[in-house]
Amino acid sequence: MSTTAITSGLLYLVLAPLIGGLIAGMDRILSARMQMRVGPPIWQPFYDVGKLFSKEQLVVNHMQTTLISGLLFFMVITGLLFFTGYDLLLVIFTFTLASIFLILAAYRAGSPYSFIGAERELLQIMAYEPMVLLVPIGIYLVTKTFSISEILKFETPLIFYLPGVFIGFLHVLTIKFRKSPFDLSSTHHAHQELVKGLTTEFSGPSLALIEIAHWYENVLLLGMIYLFFAPIPWVGVLLALGLYFLEIVIDNSFARMKWEFLLKSSWWVALIFGGGNIILLMLFKH
Amino acid sequence: MSSIIKSPWVIHYDGSSCNGCDIEVLAALTPRFDVERFGIINTGNPKHADIFLITGSINEQNISIVKNIYEQMPNPKIVIAVGVCAATGGIFRECYNVQGGVGEVIPVDVYVPGCAVRPEAIIDGVVKGLGILQKKQEEWSKQA
Amino acid sequence: MNLILFLILFPFVISLILKTNILPDGIQKALIVISSLVLALVSAMLCFNSTSAETIAQLSQLFFSHTQQITLFGFEVALAILIYFFAFKHEKIWVAVINTVQLILLIALEMKMNSGVAAEGISKLYSLPIFFLDQFSIIMALIIGIIGGLIAIYANGYMKDFHAHHKEMKDKRSGFFFIIFIFLSAMYGVVFSDNLLWLHFFWEITTLSSFFLIGYKGDTESINNAFKALLYNLIGGVGFVIGIFYFFTSSGSVSLDQLVTAGKAGLLIPVALLAFAGLSKSAQMPFSSWLLGAMVAPTPVSALLHSSTMVKAGVYLVVKLAPALMGTWVGISTATIGAITFLSASMIAISRQNAKSVLAYSTIANLGLIILCAGIGSSIAVWAAIMIIIFHAISKGLLFLSVGVAEHRIDSREIEAMDGLVANLPKLSILLLVGMAGMFLAPFAMLISKWAVIKALIDSTALLLFPIVFGSAATLFYWVKWMGKLLAQTSSSKSENKGEGNLAEKAISNYEWFALYPLGFLTILSTLLFPLTSILMVEPYLAKDYSLEVGSLNLWNENLTLMVILLALVFIFPIFAKIFSSRYSKVTRISAPYLAGANIGNGNRYQGSLQEMKYTIRNYYLESFFCEKGWSIFGITASIITLAITMFFLR
Repeated sequence: MSTTAITSGLLYLVLAPLIGGLIAGMDRILSARMQMRVGPPIWQPFYDVGKLFSKEQLVVNHMQTTLISGLLFFMVITGLLFFTGYDLLLVIFTFTLASIFLILAAYRAGSPYSFIGAERELLQIMAYEPMVLLVPIGIYLVTKTFSISEILKFETPLIFYLPGVFIGFLHVLTIKFRKSPFDLSSTHHAHQELVKGLTTEFSGPSLALIEIAHWYENVLLLGMIYLFFAPIPWVGVLLALGLYFLEIVIDNSFARMKWEFLLKSSWWVALIFGGGNIILLMLFKH
Repeated sequence: MSSIIKSPWVIHYDGSSCNGCDIEVLAALTPRFDVERFGIINTGNPKHADIFLITGSINEQNISIVKNIYEQMPNPKIVIAVGVCAATGGIFRECYNVQGGVGEVIPVDVYVPGCAVRPEAIIDGVVKGLGILQKKQEEWSKQA
Repeated sequence: MNLILFLILFPFVISLILKTNILPDGIQKALIVISSLVLALVSAMLCFNSTSAETIAQLSQLFFSHTQQITLFGFEVALAILIYFFAFKHEKIWVAVINTVQLILLIALEMKMNSGVAAEGISKLYSLPIFFLDQFSIIMALIIGIIGGLIAIYANGYMKDFHAHHKEMKDKRSGFFFIIFIFLSAMYGVVFSDNLLWLHFFWEITTLSSFFLIGYKGDTESINNAFKALLYNLIGGVGFVIGIFYFFTSSGSVSLDQLVTAGKAGLLIPVALLAFAGLSKSAQMPFSSWLLGAMVAPTPVSALLHSSTMVKAGVYLVVKLAPALMGTWVGISTATIGAITFLSASMIAISRQNAKSVLAYSTIANLGLIILCAGIGSSIAVWAAIMIIIFHAISKGLLFLSVGVAEHRIDSREIEAMDGLVANLPKLSILLLVGMAGMFLAPFAMLISKWAVIKALIDSTALLLFPIVFGSAATLFYWVKWMGKLLAQTSSSKSENKGEGNLAEKAISNYEWFALYPLGFLTILSTLLFPLTSILMVEPYLAKDYSLEVGSLNLWNENLTLMVILLALVFIFPIFAKIFSSRYSKVTRISAPYLAGANIGNGNRYQGSLQEMKYTIRNYYLESFFCEKGWSIFGITASIITLAITMFFLR
């Protein structure tokens, strides 16, 4: 492992919650402004998490706490693997592992709301998994490697070869960021039909943990967007942030869809945009 | 740790009422009043909430529900009774099934008067409550 | 050498002893346990002795002969007569017809061989060794010995319970164990035979054994399913015989090794026919329904069929043929059938509520993945195939045996009946969870195989990636929701009524624990040791067929270290979790789940509008999307079309 890899890994470890939290704060302000409100201060997510850590923790059973800590633990690991330049496909496998810990914790809580939230989250994973797997596959077809540090050395921006894969990835990002129309399992908007979905039974420190894991996750996802524009860093960073803004717009302009639409649209997008792109690549690259 | 007063999350419950106060509670969320400025979120889930905001009076049917919700809120927590009905039973006080105000069932920290309560008054009440919440927080952290 | 003969003959002898049924019950059980352990031990010894040149040299001295040929022919005819007997007894015309076809072909082959030998004077037929030994067959032997052995031990405890639950049935346990040991013996034969005639003989014995085991219960459903298995496998068997016939006619040899060499040089038809036999045996679409029918058998049988024997014989043969399949039409269509099977079986598994049915579909899907790899045939694909065979055998053995135990404890095979199992049968549930995680979750080694599958596919036939990515998503869904069901303690399920915690677990017999714990342990151990397995066993095997240097298979470097890191994390994680939960344990309070304030007490009861209620929650099965019928029709049609196209091009 090179020093750059170690540095960027450490930077991720320290800065990701900060950046993720700030992005969440910006998200809330922008959403408020779109609704003609003032919105909270930008540090609000940190206040929330600080408060949660100082509160009592209610659990339905103790195993739930053990499982939920797996979410943060493996999410951080996933990010570390990504930012130290390991294998992209394995990053995605670990990512799934982290998400599954959240789901299992919600199942374990055993309340009807968290149970259905967990089922829906699982459905969401099933919806986005094919597209997420097609990303490293497309990248491999172009660069002949899964290793992120090697991918970064590639000279043309990947977006030129993988526009379809990128569009498909954007589609599933809406699910990953928990934005409408695909925030079926849990949402950061006030009320929903499932109370708080899969986070219903988590309170105090556990909830703070989920929140922090979500920050780490968002930074990781933005990193994956960046991968498509890697050779031109500033464009990459700006576009990653710009696309996050787009997600906020989408979030504020859509109603929540049913699971049928979620599954169908995600799979068709994966097949048509992701699959089409990959088939074209195979035809013309060889 | 003072961040609790910067992020008071609310659960809102309505007992026996005419729903006037509820509408005003929701009005406080709208762009005109925008309580999110203070970090206030209406969670709808007792396990995430710090403040129990009750409108309406207590009747035979909802005693156990109010108790349950209060029980399921993590400490430190405060209760705000919003409106006359929540304070004393209001115009429902003499009904055959009404027990009276919220104070009959769970300890109330702040009473907000009005029929219906104005959004400004609700915000004011919550901000009053934050002082109590902070005190409770200090006691709680000593205890824990 | 002696070890190989021992492995084939020892279980056979034991089975005969068991058949006589003269031993008292206790001694019989002891005999089963001891002989299973002996099998596992000898397989392990084989693994350590394999490197010695002496073993190989001895092996090559055991030649095929005319006497053997005649004897084998006699055996085959005897088997055919046996099948006739059962087919006529139960009026199964098709079985009799296929059996006749096979018998005619066998007679034709016999005549052909005799005339061929007569023409050439001394034939090279008799200069062929019967057996061979390489790393792959050692791996298979280990799987058969250890996992098959454990299943036999488990069956001791299980069958007692089984007959307690099914009082109406006659206790035919001695016959049951007789077949189980014959089965193991035949499996050893399959993985060690180089001579195709011997291979076919053992192959037919596994078919017949599974026929008897599936029909063990003796009711109409079991018998029908048993005949279905027999029929489909006989069809494969016919393909096998035609393959031998064709190969003998064109080259005068009946050696598997030479067949692969000839296949590499372009003699594709016999390779395709043998691969066809492998497909039917490993329950690929369109043959997959026999394996689902096999569910009616007692659980140890399912475990045996799914993990260590029968279906593994099918994939073993196809993987053996992989070098010849690489880059050919036959290879691509084999891979396509594997991919179709993987996709449709994974999709169907989502809609299944019966635990054994989910396991069966998952087996079919995994076999599809193995067949896919074998069809691709590149070194990394075959590496992945062998790895999946290992991990699947262990995890699936564990899962079936655990489900079998759970079934007797909660009187149901339904997944819905298993909620909150973790509270009532904690140890068993953890074993189940380990088994499931072993099937699909990082960092268990199954995932590294999937990594290799994807890499192999991109490098060759990237179009087949689509079934894989969608199938993988479905795989995740059905496993996790089952895990969730085990964890979620919600309703008044059967498992809840069965008594408090460990009480219910006390009823599980020691024989069963004796099989379950090692399997759970092996699931984890196989992940820890997978780099070692790869370097010591799989890569040397590949080195021979693909002229690779050991270690040159570029799988490692980073990923090896990565897996080690991940594994370390699996052990560090509990520490982290412990620190987190104890840091906040003082401020943690147990509270009832949120039920809109209507809770009564701390459990799952709430105040309904009229009376006290209990809530129940069911998993998603999404029947409208993933219905069994639709996806089966898709899978069967697509695979039959693939087969037809292949036949067309081969012609």
